[in-house]
Amino acid sequence: MKKRTVYSYWFLAPMLVIYVTLFIIPIAISFFFSLTNWTFEGWSFCGIENFRTFFTEPALYSSIGNTFIYAFLTSSLKVVLAFLIALFLTSAIKTKTFLRSAVFFPNLVSMIAVGLTFKAILNPTKGILNQCLAWLGMEGRDWLGDVSTALFAVVGVDVWKGLSIAVVIFIAGIKSIDTAYLEAARIDGAGSWQILKYITLPLCRPAVNSVILLSLIGGLKSFDLIWSMTGGGPGYATDVIASVIYKQYAAGYYGLSTAGNVLMYLMIAIIAFPLQKFLLKAEEG
Amino acid sequence: MKKKRYLIGDIAGLLVVFVVFIIPFVFIVLNSLKDTREANLLKFSLPETFHFENYIEVFTANDGLFLKSFKNSMIITVGSVVILVLACSMAGYVIQRRKGRFMTFVNFLVMSGLMIPVAILPTIWVMQKLHLYKTLPGMILLEAAFHTPLSIMLYRGFMANIPVELEEAARIDGCSPLGLYAKIVFPLLKPITSTVIILNAVTVFNDFMNPLYFLPGSENSTIQLTLYTFMGQFSNSYNMVFADVVLITLPMLVLFLFFNQKIVDGMVAGSVKG
Repeated sequence: MKKRTVYSYWFLAPMLVIYVTLFIIPIAISFFFSLTNWTFEGWSFCGIENFRTFFTEPALYSSIGNTFIYAFLTSSLKVVLAFLIALFLTSAIKTKTFLRSAVFFPNLVSMIAVGLTFKAILNPTKGILNQCLAWLGMEGRDWLGDVSTALFAVVGVDVWKGLSIAVVIFIAGIKSIDTAYLEAARIDGAGSWQILKYITLPLCRPAVNSVILLSLIGGLKSFDLIWSMTGGGPGYATDVIASVIYKQYAAGYYGLSTAGNVLMYLMIAIIAFPLQKFLLKAEEG
Repeated sequence: MKKKRYLIGDIAGLLVVFVVFIIPFVFIVLNSLKDTREANLLKFSLPETFHFENYIEVFTANDGLFLKSFKNSMIITVGSVVILVLACSMAGYVIQRRKGRFMTFVNFLVMSGLMIPVAILPTIWVMQKLHLYKTLPGMILLEAAFHTPLSIMLYRGFMANIPVELEEAARIDGCSPLGLYAKIVFPLLKPITSTVIILNAVTVFNDFMNPLYFLPGSENSTIQLTLYTFMGQFSNSYNMVFADVVLITLPMLVLFLFFNQKIVDGMVAGSVKG
């Protein structure tokens, strides 16, 4: 038998049918419908009107900036904090199995559950965070109700929930480093800082890269947590593109909503793809 | 000297982890057992009296919506995971083994799905045309489609470590292509299949956004949607909301206790290669 018959294309058929019909085709037609006034009953062509609205309405264009801030902040905080935690958890402490499980568990709780729990914890008058702060003599504030802090409060919770997976990836990366390097460095008299800088960090490069990409893309798409904690408010201080897509859909502006979707594609194409290329290059060089 | 330092590290680590990661969960459980008045104070304290009946009330609220949505979530999770395992193991196997221009194209198509988000309204439109919108089978197929890229990537990566010789031997013995896959390849994929199952089960079960768009209406509500409506409906009784949170997190906790290492490994495998 030939390769052709053994590894028949028929094996691809079930996957391709589902994936192309329900994922690829909608993406392809989204580019068309983003240029229309659209209800499911009919459409009329309106050119780039939807995109113009997106960039002129403050409620809409602020979401673009928020999406960037959200994605970059969550991603960089996760990289730095998770790396420190991973270093700590790979050192010779005794309780690391327990600590690892504890750090990992939030990852299994749904975003909605996490969101509403922290809504209670961040409650301005009764929440435990502000009570702890008061106990320490600091002034708490209405974290989620204040335009200047709301986005950062949600970012904080996102980091809390998403940290675990980054930690686990870093632990895997650190553990895969051949101990011979570390021994050799120690014999040559390298201190822990030098070992970290010249051995651990460079050899963890692939892990660092995947955490950066993973959390950045996750951040750009983020919806569940923001929706359950603030619903985009106060005002539109925490609106991101994904929540605008939902709001415009709920308001019946299907074309505008789809334009938001297309904007998300453009953002990912502009940021994520070049970043991936850049990181891969840095990894090889 | 060194020992002492590690002991301090242990204690500091435990303390930080306790405050940051454990207290929120203890807070949820404690408040789910209080009466409404006490729970609404949002205090971190033991309940004055334990109200286990809160949990029963979650089950009976809204004509047993909780159980109905739990059943729906289970059906969607199991259904989409079964499809993912079957369709993606076959596809990953062939994508890894066969080369050529068409394969490169298919591979590109699948891998770009790792980054690109769902086109929401056009998907609803397509689902309406197929008469699958707002139906459980439709939701199952959608979840399967959305998690295809990651599952294929895992299967393809694992296939690369399985020697071709086994397949060649079976071929010489006159095994049919389908038999070859079903009897030789699929059993060899078992370790990665368990990863695919756990990873997708957790994501689909916890999914909120996709059911929100593609499965609206209380008839087919899923567990995460119920929690969200619950939050609006019982915004003045935090004990009920937290009891609901505990109940929907329980399946994941059980999964975690049994497959702790497997889950962690799976999540790493799923993300490192992404």
